[in-house]
Order: sequence, then C-alpha cells, then structure tokens
Amino acid sequence: MAETAASPTQSSAEQNLSARVSPARQLAEAFTAGSLAGTVELSELPFLTMVGLRADAGSETAQRLAAATGGLPAASGAVATTGDTSVLWLGPSEFLVVAPTEAHESLGGDLIPALREALGNDAGQVVDLSANRTTFELVGPRVRAVLEKGCSLDLHPRVFKTGTAFSTEIANIPAILWKTGEDSFRIFPRASFAEFLGRWLLDAMREYASPEVP
Amino acid sequence: MLLIPCPNCGPRDETEFHYGGQAHVPYPENPNELTDTEWSRYLFYRENPKGIFAERWVHSTGCRQWFNMLRDTVSYDIQAVYPMGTRRPDLAADPAVEAGTASTAADSTTTGTAAPSLSATSLAASPTRTAPEGATK
Repeated sequence: MAETAASPTQSSAEQNLSARVSPARQLAEAFTAGSLAGTVELSELPFLTMVGLRADAGSETAQRLAAATGGLPAASGAVATTGDTSVLWLGPSEFLVVAPTEAHESLGGDLIPALREALGNDAGQVVDLSANRTTFELVGPRVRAVLEKGCSLDLHPRVFKTGTAFSTEIANIPAILWKTGEDSFRIFPRASFAEFLGRWLLDAMREYASPEVP
Repeated sequence: MLLIPCPNCGPRDETEFHYGGQAHVPYPENPNELTDTEWSRYLFYRENPKGIFAERWVHSTGCRQWFNMLRDTVSYDIQAVYPMGTRRPDLAADPAVEAGTASTAADSTTTGTAAPSLSATSLAASPTRTAPEGATK
C-alpha cells in the first residue's frame, strides 16, 4: 500500500506489467554471460504482441484482415512488414502477426481490436497469442553455424533470404525461424520450450568462446 | 531420413511430418447398417502392399496441412504428392506426375471449396484419371 500511495499516478496496468515474468527470464544472466560480442549474441525479446490469424486466402475476410495489418503474405516463407508490424506466413490460411509490446490492447494498442473488427462474424480467427511464444534474438557472424547444428533448413544466404520466416524444427522442437538481417535471426519457440531452446543455443554457442584450433 | 516434398513448403525433413495411414479409405455411408465384421474391416483393416502405396501425411511442424502421397514401400521412393480429396493419380498413364513433384499453389491442400467427396474416393482405385492440380508443377 505504501508504494501505491507513493506513486498515485501508477496505473494498475503498469503494476501488472512489472509483475510478469517472461518464459526465459531465468536465463537472462546466462544469455548475457554466454553471448560473445562480435561473434554470436543471444537475447530474449520478451512480451512481443502476437496475434494468430486464420482466414481462407483470397476471401473477403482475408482482404479485410490484410487491410488492417497492411497485407498478408502469400506463400511459404513470406513476411509482410508494414512499419513495426509484421505478418508471418504459417500456412495457406494461417498467419502470425508480430508487433511491438506496446501494440497489445492491454497497453492501449488498437491492433487486436482492429483485427477483430476486420474479422467481424465471418469464418476465421483472430486470437491473441502474445503469451504463446517468446522471442529469441540471435545476432552475429556465427549465427548460421550455431543454427546449423540443429536446423535442417538450408540456411545458406543463397537459399534463406533475409526477410523470410519458416515454421520448422530447431533442436528437434517446433519453432519459427525468421531471418531479420544478414546475420540476425529471430526464433519463436513456444513458451514451454523456451528454457530448453535457450540452453541448447547457449551450448551450441559455447565453442566460439574458445580460440580456434588451427 | 525421407525428404518429403510438402505441397506448400517444399522439401523438408521427415521429422517435420506425421503419418496418417492409408489414403482413400471412405467412411461408410450408413455405419449403422454395417455388421460388426464390416465395421471392424473399415476401422482396422488396411492394405499392406509391397510397392506403391497411397498414404496421408501432415506437415505438423510446418504448414500443418494434410496431403496424399504415393510412396514405394520397398524403395521409399516418393512417386507423387497430391491434395486431399483428389483421386489417386495413375502413374503409368500420367507422365506429368513424376517423383517428388510439389505444387506451389497456396491452397492446394486446404479443404475449403474442394471438400473431399467420400463416395468418390473408393478403396478400389478408380480407372478414371483425374490429374490432381496440386500434384503437378
């Protein structure tokens, strides 16, 4: 109560936010310790806003949802990005919207209400999946070598272009892999797999801390 | 490890898929009229051919869509991939359906308008040839 009295302007939403724990919070220190500046760095981007969309491609519903998000990707791997909102292709009629934390309706964002309105009563889905997955960011010139230890996709830049995302398996668990830059990936594991994948990535990164054996 | 050509996602490792058993097993039109023997035949009896076998697969960690596949049970050679609800392609008569062809059509495996007609997909492969749209490039 004393704290509430000390900061009367603090809203209940802010109080709730300070209490939440991201799926890989317990690994935050390990991520910092295991990251190798200039080689490969791992961090968690917690609490991104994610919305699951389902609508038949080409239907009017899909067109309205596309208008609300700024476009739906058309084929496997495609990502439609408008401003800070991206839509990832998960299936012929399934998409994942990824937006910054502030876009969530609990923080006053209008993304989810707008999508819900676009869907209306038609067949399809707009589901808040923000708590379903967490986001890992893996950055550095050794990123490809780390991921290749546990991902069967062809990660060569000739094949895996920057700005594409695929739903696949990493370290034998399902995850979405999004190449956001030449040497940077975002990985979306489900919350319950976050600790496993985080530790797996740390283990995969460990060899690059040692000097290269000639 | 099989490299399975998903009609939506392209070739992916077998570990991303789940097997759905024999394809083209029609649900009985009037299950109540079946004898116990006939019902158990529908439920439990499946072909076990040595050679080409039509089977269902789902890309469970990818696009999560079902599709049919013709696979050689001896050589594991994947002869064709075609959408759910279409007839089994006649390999001998249709040279267009080659090994491992995958369609890039976005909705080639969704149900939607092309709902599978159960009566049309009988166990005895029909001789009428319908080239599945999703099975050819």
